[in-house]
Amino acid sequence: MTLRIAWRNLWRNSRRSILTMTAIAFACTLLIFMLSWQFGSYETMINASVKIQTGHLQVQAPKYNEDRDMRRVVEKPEAVGERVSALPGVAALAFRAHGFVLASSRDRTYGALIVGIEPEREAALSTLKGIIRQGSYLDGEDGGQALLGELLAENLKVGLGDELTVIGQGRDGSVAATVLVVKGLYRSGQDEFDRSAIHIPLSTFQDVFSMRGSVHEVVILADALSRVPEVKKKTREALRETGRDDLAVLDWRELLPGLVQAIQMDLVSGFVFYVILVVVVAFSILNTFLMAILERTREFGVLLAIGMTPKRLVRLVLAESAVLTFFGIAAGVLFGALLTGYFQEHGILIPGSTEILRQFGLPERIYPQLSGLSVTLGPVLVFVITFLTALYPAGRVKRLRAVNAMAAP
Amino acid sequence: MILEFAWRNIWRNRRRTAIILTAVVIGVWSMIFLGALMRGIADQMVRNGIATLTGHIQVHQKGFQADPSIENRIREPGEIRHALGETLPEKSRWTARVRVPAVAANARHSAGITLVGIDPPVEKDLSFIGQAVRSGRYLEKDDPRGILVGEAFLHQFETRIGHRLVLMSQDTTGEVASRSFTIVGIFQGEMESTEKAFAFVTREAAREMLKMNGTASEFAILLPEESDAGPVAAGIRNRLSPDSYEVLTWQDMLPLVSAVLALYDQFIFLWYVVVFIAMGFGLVNTVLMAVYERMREFGLLKALGMRPLRIVGDVLLEAFFILAIGVLAGNALGILSTLALKTRGIDLSAFAAGSEFAGLGRVIYPTLELRDVLLANGVVFILGLVVSLYPALRAARFTPVEALART
Repeated sequence: MTLRIAWRNLWRNSRRSILTMTAIAFACTLLIFMLSWQFGSYETMINASVKIQTGHLQVQAPKYNEDRDMRRVVEKPEAVGERVSALPGVAALAFRAHGFVLASSRDRTYGALIVGIEPEREAALSTLKGIIRQGSYLDGEDGGQALLGELLAENLKVGLGDELTVIGQGRDGSVAATVLVVKGLYRSGQDEFDRSAIHIPLSTFQDVFSMRGSVHEVVILADALSRVPEVKKKTREALRETGRDDLAVLDWRELLPGLVQAIQMDLVSGFVFYVILVVVVAFSILNTFLMAILERTREFGVLLAIGMTPKRLVRLVLAESAVLTFFGIAAGVLFGALLTGYFQEHGILIPGSTEILRQFGLPERIYPQLSGLSVTLGPVLVFVITFLTALYPAGRVKRLRAVNAMAAP
Repeated sequence: MILEFAWRNIWRNRRRTAIILTAVVIGVWSMIFLGALMRGIADQMVRNGIATLTGHIQVHQKGFQADPSIENRIREPGEIRHALGETLPEKSRWTARVRVPAVAANARHSAGITLVGIDPPVEKDLSFIGQAVRSGRYLEKDDPRGILVGEAFLHQFETRIGHRLVLMSQDTTGEVASRSFTIVGIFQGEMESTEKAFAFVTREAAREMLKMNGTASEFAILLPEESDAGPVAAGIRNRLSPDSYEVLTWQDMLPLVSAVLALYDQFIFLWYVVVFIAMGFGLVNTVLMAVYERMREFGLLKALGMRPLRIVGDVLLEAFFILAIGVLAGNALGILSTLALKTRGIDLSAFAAGSEFAGLGRVIYPTLELRDVLLANGVVFILGLVVSLYPALRAARFTPVEALART
């Protein structure tokens, strides 16, 4: 009953009501779109970094993540690997070892990071195999062959089939040196990575760097980002059961602290913008709520005089605001979802941003991602702030007295 | 007279005017303040980039930018010295540096770094390193074994002042040259990556180690005015053979920063328009209400012979006053809040790794730029008057008969 009266009251001044709803709808549409955009690009960024660099989880020797000291190794990784890859939620698992070498071609010398990988298992875990641009990926029997980032190859002036001498320090402090043949060149788009890394088979790495069968990282890929905490917990338990609880289990948040904080910073700054926007909208529509009451002071006086309780009057006024807000939000959600859905299909191209996005591992087109969170967060914010706005005029109605109100012009 | 009417009209309903003014003030404040904040972020990126050994202009041997190796060193630095002496404006500073990729190693660790050979007294006023030494000492003119390393590098290598560090790099004959240095000082960079990326020795030490025989990798120039970089670079280019040298401005050397700057311009403008739309609805609604309440009045004026165009003008004038007050107050607030934060800055250390990831420093300082303030005001005023045309035209269309018949 109250709702029906509220509904009719709104259409007494249809132009004003429509403008107000449009303002609310505008804010909702924008917020849904922007949040979907942010969440969508975060997920892409995380996946890009996880897929090329770290995996979702890693088992390492304690402190290895801080100082990358060659001597902090995971001994007998096979036992750990077998146990962990059998856990539910683990999609792929592979071992890696890392070192630093001086790489010399015929006429150039550069420092480079060298990574020992298991070709077959690595292919299931990271995108490395997919980003080979020239030559081919490593296979099982490729001792002494190497994959290089395109930028590093350019700096070293080497091409496919060329030889590369690498010199570094082994696990025991001895000089580690070998000759590698370039088998493939890759390009991840992240210049830092493409300029610095050499990938060789793990078995070669272990020979050259006197690893005695140990590795530095057991890299784990979970079924989905959302299952990471669960897999992390299970991995810890598995390590404890097998008496390997001296090893550390790190998730992508700990492995990529820069990325996590960049996302937090973007979220916080985005939130500041959204709150300011919604507050401006709130003041824009406060006048509508207020005028709708002030111009009806006489009417309210009559209603009070014939026995309507002030409480009910307040309910009526709040119902009017609520209906207005509800339809505004509904329109905004509908339109926002349609708009976002369209761009989710087709992607958005921001001119001039390709180079920047590439460094964050993002493709040139960004695909916003509709999700339960991105669709509800904005509208909830709008609803809360509009509701607070509506309290002010409602408070005024409560204080109305029949006699004075009826005397109003 | 008309002005006075309009002024009085907007105060006929004080509460309503106050509310819409609040919306405009918050809107304009957010435009100015957040605009200044974004500008500050952009500025900082540029300043960091320039201070981190880029300078405003650099001269290289042709091909060095794409392939910064010792082969592409400047073989005849005298030619460039001569050209710079003739073209640079007064108060410019410049220096020749050695810059090569190298490997640093001690007993436990090794990593790739960029070895920079500098002329200590000249470099002091040119790039960040002059002010960045936190403990130990800066390099001296004659310091053949001294090396400055970053704080993060020091932790990574588990070493300290007084300890030795071996550097290896390719020399001009193609052989790997190595030389041992003693850490004499530790520097701090705006970013941790800077602290890990560079190690500084004297130019003479680097030349000796790499058998460079008086040659250099790059000439870096700092101008008194950043905005002169383009024309000055063109002047230098004219003096030098384009077949042997490349003359680059900071925009050429930091393409990523230039791209971000362009993106920020778009983003700031977009934010202005979005905020405007948010308050535009309120503005139209308020003016519309004011017009409808006074339907009888407008009808009467029209019946008395007032031309519709005058009515449009009157309503627009009222909107103009609301906008003017809101914009003035918003500007004042925006400028005050920017100035209040200008000296202290906003500390981002809570997000240190994140701001680093985004290429920012640890503290950002909002920066007011005249063009942003003008743009914000322009957007609000022009679009504000455009949307107010709607209620104004409605008011002009009231016919006397219909309007006077309304109670």
